[in-house]
Order: sequence, then structure tokens, then C-alpha cells
Amino acid sequence: MNELYEELKELLKQEKGVALATVVGGGGGDEEHAGANMLVYPNKSARGTLGNAALDALVIEDARQTIWTGQALTRTYSVESETGALAFDVFIEGYPPPPTLIIVGAGHIAIPLTIFAKTLNYRVVIVDARAAFATRERFPLADELIVEWPDEVVEKMDLNPSTSVAVLTHDPKFDEPTLKVVLARNVGYVGAIGSRKTKAERDERLKKQGLTAEQLAQIHGPIGLNIGANNPEETALAIMAEIVARRHGKDAASILNWNKK
Amino acid sequence: MRDILPDVERWRERGEKVAIATVVSMAGSAPRGPGAKLAVSESGELSGSVSGGCVEPAVVHSAMQVIKTGKPEMLEFGISEEENFEKIGLACGGTIRVFVQRLDW
Repeated sequence: MNELYEELKELLKQEKGVALATVVGGGGGDEEHAGANMLVYPNKSARGTLGNAALDALVIEDARQTIWTGQALTRTYSVESETGALAFDVFIEGYPPPPTLIIVGAGHIAIPLTIFAKTLNYRVVIVDARAAFATRERFPLADELIVEWPDEVVEKMDLNPSTSVAVLTHDPKFDEPTLKVVLARNVGYVGAIGSRKTKAERDERLKKQGLTAEQLAQIHGPIGLNIGANNPEETALAIMAEIVARRHGKDAASILNWNKK
Repeated sequence: MRDILPDVERWRERGEKVAIATVVSMAGSAPRGPGAKLAVSESGELSGSVSGGCVEPAVVHSAMQVIKTGKPEMLEFGISEEENFEKIGLACGGTIRVFVQRLDW
């Protein structure tokens, strides 16, 4: 009883990626199928069945894709049977691991940014070499607080497309080595604080250290959407909004255009 | 799912049966898209939402039925009150389909 649900609950708790597929209609009016469930894992294995082996095989393929995108959709599948082709409507929902935001630099913007990110169910990791800034008193909601040199910390981390990195120290000796590490990996978002002038100078220095134009183009800077932010809270909101927009694949032109995806 | 889990767990610990309603498809714009969930306990407690309020009463009614019978139901909420069997319109004018299933899987 409740085996699949218990397993799903456990995987969500452990922050592991998984997809759930449910037959919601079709099957030639055979009501036995409606409500059949199957869990699909990133390695293409599955638990449970939709009641038809051929259907399971088709759905596993699609379900696996949704694990990383977090998509939820209903698709109709056609399966051969003794009585001819049967159509099944299957709802598939991907549960990616929760997104992580790594904030490098525990200054005044990092405080509201942590609150916004936690509200949006991000896992938040704060990294700062300065022990006076990265304190539990300042960041009661942070999942992790690490007082070490940020580039060394980030180097050891599991960075993936679910990871966003906001580099906020204002200090090239912390920011630049960290950006070099992050840009060598495949993350979902990387932004760095600083004016257009600061960004241009930083880009120039990073270029001399061997970063390509393509890598530099990945840095969102000045960081955040241009919402006129003029205090730490508004800047944090601008950064968080940019991270969400990036996660949903929105480009600058489509953010205010409801006719564009 | 993550948003409704704590409440669902609380209800199950009390020994209550639970139904979960999920938006499984959407045409046009609707308040909440596919994957949005409303959980309903046997005693009528709610967690989460499928539309931000407009179709919830009909979904809860169906969920109570599903908890009793164990037979899943598919509900459709349409563009306007006239076109909608349940006589409940969506604020944004879209169409959503909601699958209601007892949590016995």
C-alpha cells in the first residue's frame, strides 16, 4: 500500500530527481488503466507499471527528459494490442532536484537575496572568506554557510544546470578566481555585481587570463534585471527575477512581451 | 507535490484517506498550469490549489466522491459559465483538465 507514494516522498526528501507518470484517460474505455502510476528514475529504470509493457517503454523515454526540466504534461500514446491500436493519455511530471543558489560574498545584498531564494524553494549556499560577514545571525535561512576562499569551495562543488551562482563580493581577488571556476562548468546562471565600467574592466582582465569571449558572454552583468533598483532589497529582487527568467529560458526581449514564449 | 506533502503526511498520520487533484492540461492561459495540485483530506481539509480559487469547490466535491469510491475522475473547466458543465468559469478564460485520484498508489 502506498509504495510508490512512499518512494516518491523519500526521493523528494533526499532531493533526488525522479518523474511520476499516471494514466489519466484512454485505454479503449478500459477503466482499469486510469490511475495506474509509474516512477521513472534518471537511469531509465522504473518502479510500478501503467498496465502495459509497450506503453511503459514509451513513457519511460519521455519521462526521463522531464526529470531535469521539471515539465508537467499530458501526452497521448498509441500502443498495439490484440484488438487494434489503443490510445492512452498519460500525465508525466518531472521532479528535478531543487535548484541551488550559490551566493559568493555575504554582504548586504546577500541577506535579502537569501530570503527571496528560500521563498522560491532554492537551496542557498553562502560562501565568503570573511568570517565577520558569513555569520548565522545574518543568514538564519541559509542551507550552508562556508567561510573559505570562494574559488576553492566552488571548485569542489557539484555544479549542474540546476545551479545558479551570484558573485557579489565587489572584490576582484575573490570574484575573478570564482568566475573562472564557474565558467569552466555547466551552470544554469552566473551573474557578477559591478557597473558596466567594472564589468568591461573585469572582462578585459579575465580575457588576459585565457577566458574566451563565449565564456565571458555568459556572465550576467550588471547583475539583475533593470528594474531601477536602488537599495539592497531591490537589487536582490532584480537578481532573483533574472535567475528565474534564465531558468525558464526567457531572453531580454521576451521578459516584457507576453506574445513571446 | 512538495508544497502539499507536509499536510498530506499529517492527514495520513491521523489515518485519513486523501485525494490529490492535479492540473494535467491547460489550453489558453489559466491561473495555474499542469502539475498544480490540490490535496483534500477525508474530513475536508485542503492543501495547495489548482486554480487559485475559482474551480476549487467543484474539485473538492469530486475529491470527496473519489475518496469514497476509489475511482479516479477527470474534470474539465472551460472558458465561460455557459460552456462549462460545472457552471464555474475560470477567471483568466482558459480551459484546464483536472485529474482527481485517491492516494492509494
